[in-house]
Amino acid sequence: MTTQTQTRTSRSSGATATPRSSTGLAGSLRRTGSLVRAETTLLLRNRTALFNGVALAPAMVALLHFSGAFEAFVGEGAGTSVVGAFALTSLICFALMFVVYYNLASAYVARREELVLKRLRTGQCSDAEILAGAATPAVVTMLAQLVLGGVAIAVWIGLDVPANVLLLLVAVIGGTFVFAALAAASTAFTRTLESAQLSTLPIMAGALLLSGTTLPLTLLPERVQTLAEYTPLHPVAELLTIGLTGLGPDGVAVGLGETFALAAQPLAVLLAWCVLGAWLATRYMRWEPRR
Amino acid sequence: MDNDTFSSGRPGRDLPGDELVIDVQGLRRRYTSSARGSTGFEAVAGVDLQVRRGELFALLGTNGAGKTSLLEVVEGLARPTGGTVQVFGKDPYRQRAQVRPRIGIMLQEAGFPSDLTAVETARMWAGTLAAPRPVEEALDLVALRGRADVTVSSLSGGERRRLDLALALLGRPEVLFLDEPTTGLDPESRRSAWDLVRGLLDDGTTVVLTTHYLEEAERLADRLAIMHGGRIVQEGTVAEIVEAEPAHVYVDEASVRPHLADLPLLPGERVVQVEGGTLAIVTRDLQRSLAVLLAWATDRDVTFGRIEARPASLEQAFLAIADGPGASLPGQSSTIDQTERAA
Repeated sequence: MTTQTQTRTSRSSGATATPRSSTGLAGSLRRTGSLVRAETTLLLRNRTALFNGVALAPAMVALLHFSGAFEAFVGEGAGTSVVGAFALTSLICFALMFVVYYNLASAYVARREELVLKRLRTGQCSDAEILAGAATPAVVTMLAQLVLGGVAIAVWIGLDVPANVLLLLVAVIGGTFVFAALAAASTAFTRTLESAQLSTLPIMAGALLLSGTTLPLTLLPERVQTLAEYTPLHPVAELLTIGLTGLGPDGVAVGLGETFALAAQPLAVLLAWCVLGAWLATRYMRWEPRR
Repeated sequence: MDNDTFSSGRPGRDLPGDELVIDVQGLRRRYTSSARGSTGFEAVAGVDLQVRRGELFALLGTNGAGKTSLLEVVEGLARPTGGTVQVFGKDPYRQRAQVRPRIGIMLQEAGFPSDLTAVETARMWAGTLAAPRPVEEALDLVALRGRADVTVSSLSGGERRRLDLALALLGRPEVLFLDEPTTGLDPESRRSAWDLVRGLLDDGTTVVLTTHYLEEAERLADRLAIMHGGRIVQEGTVAEIVEAEPAHVYVDEASVRPHLADLPLLPGERVVQVEGGTLAIVTRDLQRSLAVLLAWATDRDVTFGRIEARPASLEQAFLAIADGPGASLPGQSSTIDQTERAA
């Protein structure tokens, strides 16, 4: 290791280091940034997994498109851009479930079990910064899926210029936040990495089935339809549909201003889930393995 | 254990000042149990503790004595069930953002992302700190620079432990918490770690250390506390703690058996039987006891087959506590035939 003299030298040379801001947004971004860099290094070190994760998106689009599944779901006579919008909405919803929620719940549990989270908590990062840093690979993979899948949809099916880009951004960012937070909360009932496959199933299946992207909700009793509107993935799907197509519920195109009016209810539900998710994550996140 | 080092502490260093950097009062920590009706397990059962700036405070105790549980609360990693903790006059749990930049924590056990290299790990950690040392310097301190580009998964256990230490040192902490820092290190690395810690103390760093190596505490600690069952049962300098323990003179039983009734015991001394045909004379005045005993032997023409004088040691004090009241003979487990005698 070292001698005393070396330690002394280090002290004096330390005078040149300028203390950086540790409070406020700048400090938070610096700390999170450092974790994001390390996570990105790890992600790029495992290129096969990254490639598989990203290539899944166009592969799924191809499968569902050429098998006619998208067209069948939307219904006969719909324009290609409506089918395209539905395809992209489904793609994002699936990505939020598998890449963000399931992946992250597994990643948080894995990091907890190997005591990495415990170490990170001995430092100067806040809990939220630690969770955000660890979410990097999932978010990067999801965005890559979104871009590649979006291109595949535009080429194979057809996609119009979105009617309201702001709603799309809110849907993607809000959806990511909600499901990352739910992933953190899910560590409470996930004891091992292996059990994550089972423990994440109820939330994944429930959210997907009631989102309106896998099962036409009109097939369900009216009460269940109303309930579905309050499940976390439903407002995301609705905001994406409105933002992409600019169509009202009766299929008639509306102006930009009216898209906001249509979006009011799903926006409120999504916001409520953001608050609830943050609370659940704070309350139930398990940072250390059970002994 | 070297008996010649135990009372020396760390000579040649300025004595610690009076400024309290850690103040623990009536601390309790209870783990809630999932079992219904159970009240849980109280790992820390009312601890008072003060650490002054610049000193090395060692926390000793058997496994499960509550050292790590106590330390985690002082470090601000866990909330106490009762009592108060102040570090630099602040609550380390609630005012974490203000306390953390001034302390360094080396946990007993913590993980690394295994696919990062040593230098990448240190760089990641440095990026999260307010005023880090240069990463290369931290690796130099623990002699890991040559292994900087090796992934953590390929480092040996000892090297990982040194990387642990490097991370704890990266933020130039005023107070450094070391939870069993040298467990798993080879003897040479352990000595290097001691040199490193001494250097940090010379620079004014305050160190709180837990260890299972009593030699480590004897060599480094200004003050120490021995925990048992969630409480601090002994506290003081090494000399103060050792002082409370008696010394022993060991002789082989066979050579004194004919004269056993005739042994010249001083007030307060007693003879106990230990394993392997050895008698021990327990005394608080080793020099006089020896003088009297040797004079007596010369007088009676008794030749001891074996005679050994052993002053009290920290190990003995530690084992006396660990084994509970009544036990006073370290390392010689046997049923003791206590021959209590007055002179």
